[in-house]
Amino acid sequence: MLEIKCHRVASGYATGQSLATDEPISFLGNIDPETGIIIDPEHELYEKCVSGRVLIFPGGKGSTVGSYIIYQLKKRGKAPLAMINLHSEPIVAVGAIISGIPLVDRVPESLLKLIDGTKITVDADRMSILIYQN
Amino acid sequence: MYLTKEEEHIYEGKSGESLRRAMEILVALGDIYEAKRLIPIRSVQVAGVSFKNIGDAGLEWISDLKGRVTVPSILNPAGMDLQHWKDMGIDEEFALKQKKVIDAFERMGVSADCTCTPYQIYSGLAEKNDHLAWSESSAVSYANSVIGARTNREGGPSALAAAIIGKTPNYGYHLDENRKPTHQIVVDAELNGSDFGALGFLVGKIVKDGVPLFHLRNRLNHDELKALGAAMAASGSVALYYVEAVTYSPPTCAKPVEKITIDKKEIDEVYELGSRADADIVALGCPHCSIAELKGIAEMLSGKKVRKDLWVCTARKIAETCPHLVKKIEESGAKVICDTCMVVSPASQRYKKMMTNSGKALVYLPSLCKVEAGLGSTEECIQCATEA
Repeated sequence: MLEIKCHRVASGYATGQSLATDEPISFLGNIDPETGIIIDPEHELYEKCVSGRVLIFPGGKGSTVGSYIIYQLKKRGKAPLAMINLHSEPIVAVGAIISGIPLVDRVPESLLKLIDGTKITVDADRMSILIYQN
Repeated sequence: MYLTKEEEHIYEGKSGESLRRAMEILVALGDIYEAKRLIPIRSVQVAGVSFKNIGDAGLEWISDLKGRVTVPSILNPAGMDLQHWKDMGIDEEFALKQKKVIDAFERMGVSADCTCTPYQIYSGLAEKNDHLAWSESSAVSYANSVIGARTNREGGPSALAAAIIGKTPNYGYHLDENRKPTHQIVVDAELNGSDFGALGFLVGKIVKDGVPLFHLRNRLNHDELKALGAAMAASGSVALYYVEAVTYSPPTCAKPVEKITIDKKEIDEVYELGSRADADIVALGCPHCSIAELKGIAEMLSGKKVRKDLWVCTARKIAETCPHLVKKIEESGAKVICDTCMVVSPASQRYKKMMTNSGKALVYLPSLCKVEAGLGSTEECIQCATEA
């Protein structure tokens, strides 16, 4: 097991399987708020589903309406369990907070290359990430 | 970011969930922008009001919100006149959802004044050196530049969080170091009315998010300053500017090196961007008309009838202050529209080409509303609306 230090953006604790990308995500436009599936064919995670995953990405981009899309995903049970950014920007930070999704940032870039489905724990309040290696 | 004991308590959830989430938003933004602490604010203007912009996702969030604002708070323009939306051709479904948005804000103690010019309707919201959390880009520019207050451009949730806590993180335009001019702009020509919108249209593109210091021949009035700032905040993201001998002075006497000269010919060219011949609607009041502007429009329309739609957008409180001017304007067949404007209302999309006196609308009509736009002086706009 590997522990990585991080910085709390939105409070909370979650354990689940990872889904990582080194491309920023625009929640308005890139993701279907009803299903949590990435619908932008240009995106590395095209046709993958963020629901119930620990979503690892560099940060958000695009419209500030993206914060509300994160909220819609959460209400429909389609949101990520937790999110990890290199540097959170206001869209994803605000989206995570208003939705009650744990979010941490300031992690090593190598985390963006984590193999999909790796078991991972985000403990925002303790500013800690645990990676369980098989 | 440093938090006081009391702020720390709120952050840890000891004062309830609504306050905790509001504080978490302020702390997250403070961390992102490297603020050292929170500072008290005098007033808030909340963004994310027009249903056209926030959609079902935003409505859902706002409808679920709990908590009360603790400082005077008002709203950005909505997507329709809240009373006469039918006259604008707004459909029932949009109207219902827009009203739900407003109701949700009112439940939290936000005043339902929907305007981009809060400073035109309340004098107590902002004075020199006050810290604010305002949202609408032209209001932010006016507050920083003309009133001499200090505000960043807030998004919907961050403005509301600031309103609930009564504080904002101390970064950006709250700090002297970010209020220094970055460019000098020289215009060696007499300008008038809508010329300042055209000038702002040009300068915003050049300086982007910079802080221009203008050297102008004119002494601008408040409406001209309003038009200049609004256009620069639309074509660029200028949130603060100075006009030598007109606005407050910059915090330092050191003048920026970069000096740009704009001549009258360049300003005249902005008017030529769209041909004015085939406009099917004329719209004034971006930003919302002041009483002085309504008076001017009423005089120009006196004894005339409009031949095509003419919208005059303003704040409801302003229209209520001068019913005689509203009556005079509407006698011509023009509509005085409150709570909204041509940029944030879906009603604009029914038209093909809009003529306006606003440099800000000239930017946003094609991009946000998919409506062609042409710029003219207020007189030319009235002429366009009243002549066949």
